[in-house]
Amino acid sequence: MRWKLLTGGGLATTAMLLAASPVLAQDGDVVVEEVDLYVRFGGTAADIAQTVILDNIFIFIAGVLVFFMQAGFALLASGLTRAKNSSNMMMKSLMDAALGVLVFALVGWGLAYPGGDGGAWFGFAGWGIPGLMDGLPDLAGATEDGFYPLSVSSDFFFQAAFAATAATIVAGAVAERTKFVAYLAYTVVITGFIYPVVVSWQWGGGWLAERGFVDFAGSGLVHLTGGIAALVGAALIGPRIGKFGADGKPRAIPGHSIPLAMTGVFILFIGFFGFNPGSALQADMSVPVIAVLTLFAACAGALGALVSSWALLKKPDTSMAGNGLLAGLVAICAGVGSMDVVPAIITGFVAGLIVVPAVLLIERVLKVDDPVGAVSVHAVSGLVGLIAVGIFVDEASIGTQLLGAGAIIVFVGITSGILFGILKAVGILRVSAEQEIEGLDVSEHGAPGYGPDMLTPAAATA
Amino acid sequence: MQLITAVIKPHQLDAVKEGLKSIGVAGITISEVKGFGRQGGHTETYRGAEYAVEFIPKVKVEVLAAPEDTTKVTDAITAAAATGKIGDGKIWVTPVSEVIRIRTGESGTDAI
Repeated sequence: MRWKLLTGGGLATTAMLLAASPVLAQDGDVVVEEVDLYVRFGGTAADIAQTVILDNIFIFIAGVLVFFMQAGFALLASGLTRAKNSSNMMMKSLMDAALGVLVFALVGWGLAYPGGDGGAWFGFAGWGIPGLMDGLPDLAGATEDGFYPLSVSSDFFFQAAFAATAATIVAGAVAERTKFVAYLAYTVVITGFIYPVVVSWQWGGGWLAERGFVDFAGSGLVHLTGGIAALVGAALIGPRIGKFGADGKPRAIPGHSIPLAMTGVFILFIGFFGFNPGSALQADMSVPVIAVLTLFAACAGALGALVSSWALLKKPDTSMAGNGLLAGLVAICAGVGSMDVVPAIITGFVAGLIVVPAVLLIERVLKVDDPVGAVSVHAVSGLVGLIAVGIFVDEASIGTQLLGAGAIIVFVGITSGILFGILKAVGILRVSAEQEIEGLDVSEHGAPGYGPDMLTPAAATA
Repeated sequence: MQLITAVIKPHQLDAVKEGLKSIGVAGITISEVKGFGRQGGHTETYRGAEYAVEFIPKVKVEVLAAPEDTTKVTDAITAAAATGKIGDGKIWVTPVSEVIRIRTGESGTDAI
């Protein structure tokens, strides 16, 4: 059994009948017979199959958009760090997707969707992905409530993109000082254990799902998980050389390309239109509504960060506004399946408003060096999103939302703490001071991301 | 008047700047330069093929000083720029015939 819970009902019931049969009226115009908008399936078996195929192809396209977010994360993190680490940043985003997808397939899937009676804390359905090569799902019972239209392959494609997203959140927070091999080890553990176990609690039908926890597209399951791992990782690795002065005051280490970073933000903006509407898990008329709520929250988030950066930093800071847009997107994930318009805008705006002081607090008070603001954008905004659902959605309880958030924070905090602690104890977590000063591009990958224009004698005389 | 020119490791710049400020130096000029000395270059690897990086990035620091302050300045740079490893750089001193502050027209040691 694999599902994401569509709660709040309002959207689910607007699902449309797709199999209305056109008939020719007397005057030759094509008219559509009156249809029942509240029934998704109807008509012949072939009509039903068409609806199910449409669902599957829709999820495929949404999954492509979510995978595209890897490009956004890579550009955002690379742009907000120094040129000498640009190749390393791109490489981390590439490899956490490449390695993460295969590890998630091998073991993560079985942990995320353990089957059984549900309500569990932990379960394992076995290695690999049973039924991956099957085509259309069994259409028996397709017209009944709760029918799950996705084939295993559609489902895996979409969920694997989410696993890669959860993994890559950490890359920016630990940027410019982490050994590449340590990052690979981290990728295996988060996509093969930490993220799937958290997912099983809700989308795998576990204990949170049973208690009525609401997290439609993953403010908690994806972003809070990635954000907490990012916080623990950045804290245990320690700040970059020169980040904090002798007096303990943070110093700016400007990124090497705001245009690259903001291009990354725009790509993530687009990617979220796969992330949130795709989480409807079927092609119904909730999709465009979710898309608009996502859009509103993103815009409100950028506006919120604009206001708070202007107030706190005296200038409308470009990358902070970018962080604010992402904060709005992250925060709306949880409630986008059941919220109304105004609450969605408020949620996005508050997340954007908070992200700027969160960045300052993490840097100035916690003394944690997070070069791209990953902890603020993903952990803090994820939390804002979960709480907003508790406030604005009648069916949700704020207590359950906080319980879920707390459980994610504790579980991810402990497991990622053990992971990064072991890597640190073994001595493979952080590069040497010389390597860090030289830059990870050359010391870890052999050549700089922005290579020299070679003017060798051979080239000059050619 | 003397012009003290130092070529140092880029990451020692902060320490050198602080060292010079602490002995009362009022201004310095820096530029990013490349070159080779005894350190030589090194090789990097791009898609399996090696290439030589023969010129290493350095920072050039230029300081004007009155003759009696010259040793104080070179000592401060030496203390701050030294890591003990190859590639720490060099300092040289050249005589300067005139210095003029543009804003006020002051000249000589008054302009330093």
